[in-house]
Amino acid sequence: MTCVVHARGLRYRYPGHHEALRGIDLRITHGERVALLGPNGAGKTTFMMHLNGLMMGEGSLEVAGLQVAKNTLQRLRARVGIVFQDPDDQLFMPTVREDVAFGPLNMGLDTEAVHARVAEALGKVRMAHVVDRAPYQLSMGERRRVAIATVLAMEPSLLVLDEPSANLDPRARRELLEVLESIDRTMLVTTHDLPLAAELCERAVILAAGQIVGDGPCHEILADAELLAAHDLELPAGFDLGAIERRSRPLAVPLFPR
Amino acid sequence: MSGLCNHSLELTGLAGDPDSAIHRLDPRAKVIGLLSVTIVAVSAPIELWPVYAVCAAVLVVCAAVARVRPGDLWRRVRVVLPFVLVLGVFVPFVREGGATYDLGLLTAHEAGVQVCLAVSAKAIIGTFSAALLGTTTTFPQVLRALEALRVPRLIVLIAAFMYRYLFVIVEEVGRMRSALVSRGYNPRHMLQAGPMGRMATAMFLRTYSRGERVYHAMLARGYNGVMPQLTPLAFGRADALFVAGVLTLILSVRIAGAAA
Repeated sequence: MTCVVHARGLRYRYPGHHEALRGIDLRITHGERVALLGPNGAGKTTFMMHLNGLMMGEGSLEVAGLQVAKNTLQRLRARVGIVFQDPDDQLFMPTVREDVAFGPLNMGLDTEAVHARVAEALGKVRMAHVVDRAPYQLSMGERRRVAIATVLAMEPSLLVLDEPSANLDPRARRELLEVLESIDRTMLVTTHDLPLAAELCERAVILAAGQIVGDGPCHEILADAELLAAHDLELPAGFDLGAIERRSRPLAVPLFPR
Repeated sequence: MSGLCNHSLELTGLAGDPDSAIHRLDPRAKVIGLLSVTIVAVSAPIELWPVYAVCAAVLVVCAAVARVRPGDLWRRVRVVLPFVLVLGVFVPFVREGGATYDLGLLTAHEAGVQVCLAVSAKAIIGTFSAALLGTTTTFPQVLRALEALRVPRLIVLIAAFMYRYLFVIVEEVGRMRSALVSRGYNPRHMLQAGPMGRMATAMFLRTYSRGERVYHAMLARGYNGVMPQLTPLAFGRADALFVAGVLTLILSVRIAGAAA
């Protein structure tokens, strides 16, 4: 198994602030779906921003076969797709089509290939019908799925999602989960939504105060009430982890897209 | 406030028959054609009033071909026109010359009235021309036309982001205002405008940090300073014909008038 993310002693300090990452060691292998859990301010987003070089800290970080450094940025960004928390930050072009085309065009693909990628990516998130709409005309759930399409169109090796279920109603969340389950990419999902993590990911990593404090199979981590409580995480009251596992496990790592 | 903004924003879309000959023109042709109507009208003095008539006729014909209903145009024009016209209303009382008309407290002068009429005609033609562009061309298309016509890229980019985030910001202002009102804020005079000012400050900070996040999202997808274009614009024979026809008509009237 090849490594998609390999961090060794990764540290980052915000100028004039506290140290946000305090020595992260993490390996994510190809095909894994990893939930990155942790309370607010734990460094989840900071770590995510390191994965495609939006931030650069000390230590060594290799992502998708590239050492994160100034000279690899352009190639790195084609291989790492980050879906940001607020789709309004991600969708900045006047129409959905242009927005999904933005990444592939920056990669230097020709128009025909770009059109094909746009159609394919929107198809994967079941949003092909909104291709000519403007982002502000879409619902939150639709915007989030289009935001995912904008990075899928770049065919990244690693898909990083920041709080994908934030601000979604139950139905939009369910649809998003179905879409994510059908995408066969290595995935890193930062979230507070533990049921989502349980359904989607087979591995969970807990980040607290810039350090990894828990790493293991998702159902084991989520079953460890003490560990969760120590880091301000909790499952919804009455949540049955067992029921989730049985339903989602066969879908967790599909070899082929549906 | 948000109600008003939403109302105004509804007026930004296309109107008329989207498949009409005018709608299908290359956006550059429409920008050049309608802009030159405005420029020629603005450049003509009142003595050359036939130029105004021809410019107005060009706009009427374009609107008719595009099947834009007068009501649709009027709803857009009335947002801007009062502000423009109000400038001209005072001129008759300020500009002296020619016959005078006594209106009790005020005295109007003939020269002033002429200037007022000319300003009004120019304002009406310019505003209708812009509104017609808006009803027949989507804003992204106008932006692309401007970019292709060598308007500085930075300005086009700023306009594009303004358009994209206008809706987001209007929603945000609406939410902040609801939050103010639901805590009993009910301003009755200027001294109570403080919270509005602080709201504007908060708005500025929010848009600033959003700008930063959007830029990050752009970088994450490989942005390197150049906005990529998906489909190239195509300037065809119909477009050339439209531009040539409009320019020939209005310029010939303008130049003939100036020569006479």
